[in-house]
Amino acid sequence: MTRNQMLVAYMTICRKEFIRFVRIWVQTILPPVITTSLYFIIFGGLIGSQIHDMEGFRYMDFIVPGLILMAVITNSYANVVSSFYSAKFQRSVEEILVSPTPSWVVLSGFITGGVARGLVVGLAVTVVSLFFSHLHIYNAWVSVSVVVLTSTLFSLGGFINSVLARNFDDITIVPTFVLTPLTYLGGVFYSIQMLPAFWQRMSLANPILYMINAFRYGFLGVTDINLYLSYGIILCFIAVLAAISLYLLERGYGMRT
Amino acid sequence: MTAALSIRNLIKNYQSGYMALKGIDLEVQPGDFFALLGPNGAGKSTTIGIVTSLVTKTSGKVLVFGQDIDKDFSRAKSFIGLVPQEMNLNIFEPLLQILVNQAGYYGIPRSRALERAEYLLGRLGLWERRDDAVRTLSGGMKRRMMIARALIHDPKLVILDEPTAGVDIEIRHSMWEFLRDINAAGTTIILTTHYLEEAESLCRHIAIIDNGVLVENTTMKKLLAKMRTETFVLDLRTPLAQLPQFHDHEVRMLDDHTLEVEVVRDVGISRLFAELSSHNIDVLSMRNKTNRLEQLFMRLVEDNRRQQDAVRRKQA
Repeated sequence: MTRNQMLVAYMTICRKEFIRFVRIWVQTILPPVITTSLYFIIFGGLIGSQIHDMEGFRYMDFIVPGLILMAVITNSYANVVSSFYSAKFQRSVEEILVSPTPSWVVLSGFITGGVARGLVVGLAVTVVSLFFSHLHIYNAWVSVSVVVLTSTLFSLGGFINSVLARNFDDITIVPTFVLTPLTYLGGVFYSIQMLPAFWQRMSLANPILYMINAFRYGFLGVTDINLYLSYGIILCFIAVLAAISLYLLERGYGMRT
Repeated sequence: MTAALSIRNLIKNYQSGYMALKGIDLEVQPGDFFALLGPNGAGKSTTIGIVTSLVTKTSGKVLVFGQDIDKDFSRAKSFIGLVPQEMNLNIFEPLLQILVNQAGYYGIPRSRALERAEYLLGRLGLWERRDDAVRTLSGGMKRRMMIARALIHDPKLVILDEPTAGVDIEIRHSMWEFLRDINAAGTTIILTTHYLEEAESLCRHIAIIDNGVLVENTTMKKLLAKMRTETFVLDLRTPLAQLPQFHDHEVRMLDDHTLEVEVVRDVGISRLFAELSSHNIDVLSMRNKTNRLEQLFMRLVEDNRRQQDAVRRKQA
C-alpha cells in the first residue's frame, strides 16, 4: 500500500469509529455526563461543602480534574473494547484482516476512535463542571497532552482486552475489577498526602495516580507527583501496550487460526 | 503467463494435531472459472483461509499473481476479493457504509468507492436497500451483499466459498449470470460449492480435495469424459407388465411406469432407444438420475478413501 492508500484506510477506520459512537450517543456520551454530574452534586456540592480546602482549593475545584479524567479513561477503554470485540464476535473484523491494511494502521484507527470518544466525553463533562466550579487553567499544554496520552493508553488497554476476550463477560472484568478500583484509589477524590505513609507508598504503585496528578497540575498547578515522572510512566505504558497490541494483531490472536 | 494462484506443497497442521492439508499443489490460470470441490472437512475452506490470511499455514508456498504471501502478503491480498462461507457482515451497519468502508481498507477514496458501490448494489438488486442495516436483509440479500463487498475494490481474483448456500433457485441463477459476466470481463474466479450442477455449469477447471489431499485437478471436459456409465430414469407412456430382456444395457424397473437404465458411455444412447423400440416401449421423457459430476465426485472420493485406508492398513 502506498502512503496515500494507508491514509485513506486510517481515515476510514477513524470515520467508522466516530460514526459508531456518535450514532449511539445515548449509550456512549450521555451516561458518563449524567454519572459525573451526580458526582459533582453529591461529592462536590453536598458532601464537599462540609470538607475543608484541599491544597489551597475548594474541594469541588480539587476533584473536577480527576472526575474529568476518570470519564476520559473509562470511555476511551470502553469504546475500543466494545467496538473491536463486537467486530470480532460478528467476524466483521475479517473485512479488515483480508485487506492489505497494515496492522499498525488498523491499531491507529481504533485507538484514534477511542481517543475521540474519550475527548468528546471529557469535553462534555468539562462543560457540565462549569455549572459547579470555576475552571482554573494553570497550564493548558499539560492538560491537553496528559488527557490525550492517557486516553491513548487506555484505548490500547481496551484493545488488548478485546483481543484476549473470549466472551462478553471478559470485556467487563477488567473495567469492573481493575480499572474502577485503580481510578478511585488514584487520587480523584483526595490528595495522597492525606494518607498514612504506608498507603502513600502503596498508592505510588498505581499508574492512574500519576495521570490524575499530572492532569490536575494542568488545571490547578498542584500535584503530589513529579510531572516528568508522570509523563515518563505514561509514555512507557503506551510503548509497552502498543507493542503488545501490535504483536497480537499481527499474529491475529483469536482471529486467525 | 503468471498464474492467478499458485500453491505448492501446502500443509496445515492444527494445534489439536489434526492435519487439514497434507501437501496440496494447485495452479489457477488468470481468467479461469475454477471449481474447488470436496466433502465437508476436506480442506477447501482451510486452503481459502490460508490464501486470504485468515488461516496460518504450517508450510508450503502460496503465490497470488506471482506475489509470494511470505514476502508481501499485503500486496497479495490487494488482488483478492473473498466471499466467505459464513456471514461476517456487521449486522448494524447500512449496506452503502459497509461497501465504502471496505473500499477504504484497500486505499480507495470515498468518491470512487461511492461510484463503485452504486454500480455493484444496482447490479445485485440491492440499491434500494443501501441505507438499511444488514440485519433487515433476507438470507439471499446478505449473500449478494457479501459478493458486492468482495468486488468493491475490483479484485483480479475472486474466491467464493459456497456463495449460493441456502439461496433460492431464482436468486442462484441471477448470481450465476452475474459471476459469468465478471469472469467474462477478465476476473479469475475460484468457487467452492456443494451444488455440483453449479460447478458443472459455471467452471472450466476443477480440483477435488478429500481428506487434505488433491484427488483430481483437470478441466471439466476431461473429468466428465472419465465417466464410464450414466444412469437415466425413463418415464413410460403405457404401463409395463413385465421387464423384457435387455442385452446391451442394465435396466431396472422402478414401477410399472418407470425404468432406470445404466448407459455405458461406449455403447451410447441410440442403442438404448433401438432396444426400447424393439420391445415396443414408448418413452414419454427421460432424465439423468443424478448430476453427472455428482456421480464422478462420489466415485473419486470413495476411491481416495479406499486408497488411504489401504495405505493405513499397510502401515499398521
